[in-house]
Amino acid sequence: MARKILEVNEMSAGFLVNKEIVKATDRISFNVEEGKTLCIVGESGSGKSVTSLAIMRLIDYAGGAILEGDITFNGASLPAKDQDEMRRIRGNQIAMIFQDPMSALNPVFTVGDQIAESLRLHQNKSDKDAMKEAVELLRQVGIPSPEVRAKQYPHELSGGMCQRVVIAIALACRPQLLIADEPTTALDVTVQAQILDLLQSLQKETGMAIILITHDMGVAAEVADRIVVMYAGGIMEEGSVEEIFAKPSHPYTVGLLKSIPGFEANDGNELYTIKGTIPRINQLPTGCRFHPRCEHAMDICRNQEPGFFQLGQDHKAACWLFEEHAAESKVSPARAAIEHGEVRV
Amino acid sequence: MSKQLSNETLIEIKHIKKYFPIKKGLLSRVVGQVKAVDDISLEIKKGETFGLVGESGCGKSTLGRVILRLQSATDGEVIYNGQNIHALGSSKLRDLRQDLQIIFQDPFGSLNPRFLVSDIIGEPLKVHTNMTAAQIDARVVELMELVGLDASRRNRYPHEFSGGQRQRVGIARSIALNPKFIVADEAVSALDVSVQSQVLNLLARLQKELGLTFLFIAHGLNVVRHISDRVGVMYLGKLAEVGPTEELYNKPLHPYTAALLSSIPRPNPALKRERIILKGDVPSPANPPSGCRFHPRCPMAQDRCKAEEPLLAEALPGRQVACHFPLVEDGALERLAARTLG
Repeated sequence: MARKILEVNEMSAGFLVNKEIVKATDRISFNVEEGKTLCIVGESGSGKSVTSLAIMRLIDYAGGAILEGDITFNGASLPAKDQDEMRRIRGNQIAMIFQDPMSALNPVFTVGDQIAESLRLHQNKSDKDAMKEAVELLRQVGIPSPEVRAKQYPHELSGGMCQRVVIAIALACRPQLLIADEPTTALDVTVQAQILDLLQSLQKETGMAIILITHDMGVAAEVADRIVVMYAGGIMEEGSVEEIFAKPSHPYTVGLLKSIPGFEANDGNELYTIKGTIPRINQLPTGCRFHPRCEHAMDICRNQEPGFFQLGQDHKAACWLFEEHAAESKVSPARAAIEHGEVRV
Repeated sequence: MSKQLSNETLIEIKHIKKYFPIKKGLLSRVVGQVKAVDDISLEIKKGETFGLVGESGCGKSTLGRVILRLQSATDGEVIYNGQNIHALGSSKLRDLRQDLQIIFQDPFGSLNPRFLVSDIIGEPLKVHTNMTAAQIDARVVELMELVGLDASRRNRYPHEFSGGQRQRVGIARSIALNPKFIVADEAVSALDVSVQSQVLNLLARLQKELGLTFLFIAHGLNVVRHISDRVGVMYLGKLAEVGPTEELYNKPLHPYTAALLSSIPRPNPALKRERIILKGDVPSPANPPSGCRFHPRCPMAQDRCKAEEPLLAEALPGRQVACHFPLVEDGALERLAARTLG
């Protein structure tokens, strides 16, 4: 097993809203290994982005805080560090790619300057050396004629090009961990394919770990080694990519996969839907947070929050359907649905 | 979709062009044209859903708006009920608007935040009919129930509704006047998967119940496959390929369609399939490449493609494609994939 580079342990992060603490992530735990990709999947409002802000400690600037639990990076606790120390880690050892490449770049500096900036700051390179390396990085992320492009401003580049520049900035200091928050959501599919390919080949070269946040199960299937499925601030299911897609178990994961249209010919039947909408994080239901939308909800789900039940060596789900005695008395309806071929993945 | 299609044409689009002038300097001299839609002809059959796909900037939304005459065409005709929509006078056009409606992409930006939901849905009724306030209210209740909204919430503002619910409000507004034809411009793109599937089911149900015809514009290829009977693929202001959905998805004829379809990430890690990775970006429509517009990115491009523009023509029965070397033969797609990988 590869070395764990990041460990998130029972971490809750949240905000103060109307003098009330609202948890955007609720005691979540996961690990990221060197050279591997972890995908955090979930719909909007599930707490994926807050998770990444918490790891970067950028949540402090967004008016929030890490409320409990720990995040260890290379064995050192991140919440224990002050912002000066964090500043030396951010962009250097942990780098981040944001969703919208156009607004992540500063419009009044050339893209070369923006890449060189982090090299000057973190690695004390001279202006000349930093610029030379910036051009090299642009070449590495697949931008044609990088010498010319380095002197251009973001508005002169297309969306896909800008995202490559953002990736070049993130990679400038050879980070050990790259957090990519919906890096391809704003891009067209053909460009998305280019960017995902690029991230994978760069990972192969540098051995960095990647946390990729996405709402697209297709993207996750393509790049992930492990998958964490989040819903309304909590982790619903976690496992290796093979396990999650071969045996999706939590009713939410199953529902997400079943709601994706268009991988088969339309057979005239209605598309599967998860009824209702995701709750606001300050109005979470009691018990399991998914129970009002779950078609298998039982009494216990309404009253008591489920812990994780181990489903395989590397696969667990937070759902009462998998409580041992429940599993003995009946096959879970979700599993039965898969075995009957209702879920095609 | 496995429904019987009528052969009756509802809307016929003939050589539609929409150019936007590029102005420069103090006197706003026109120095060029952005050819957002460049000579597109298309027939939309009664009761069908025609899906229009393409990357951002290919002109699909402009085409949708020009069809409804929300924007004037530079050239060409849109024939509905035997009349050219683009030649109608304003009062006749106003009458016609009852039949032709649109659902917008952004469920937040397309609803007036200062209007009650009942006013938003009732406004087309106020404009186009002489119903009394009580009649309008009754119709609003009926419409909200039809699209799956709680009608008792009609006297609330849009911000009190979730994204999916707002999109339902937009849909209720668009069907208020019993239209015949609806342009759905990225109607589900802003929604999460679980909500998106609810809205897709709603659209399919409304089509069945009300006999609607849809032009469904989207960049999400899966969504388009699910909902459309026929699909048109646009690239830089032109149609690259038109055909029945399943035939097109199973056997794309244009190399661009093939590349587009192969880029869809599939939720199955066991399928490490061979992607056709296109080089570069979509060129600017202000300065499209010579010959075939796709040739600089096409893995199969030959000299003829640089010089001569291919026209949309039938390559297989019912399948139109604008390519000099369409992927008609068996194995052509595999050879294309092999070429990009090699």
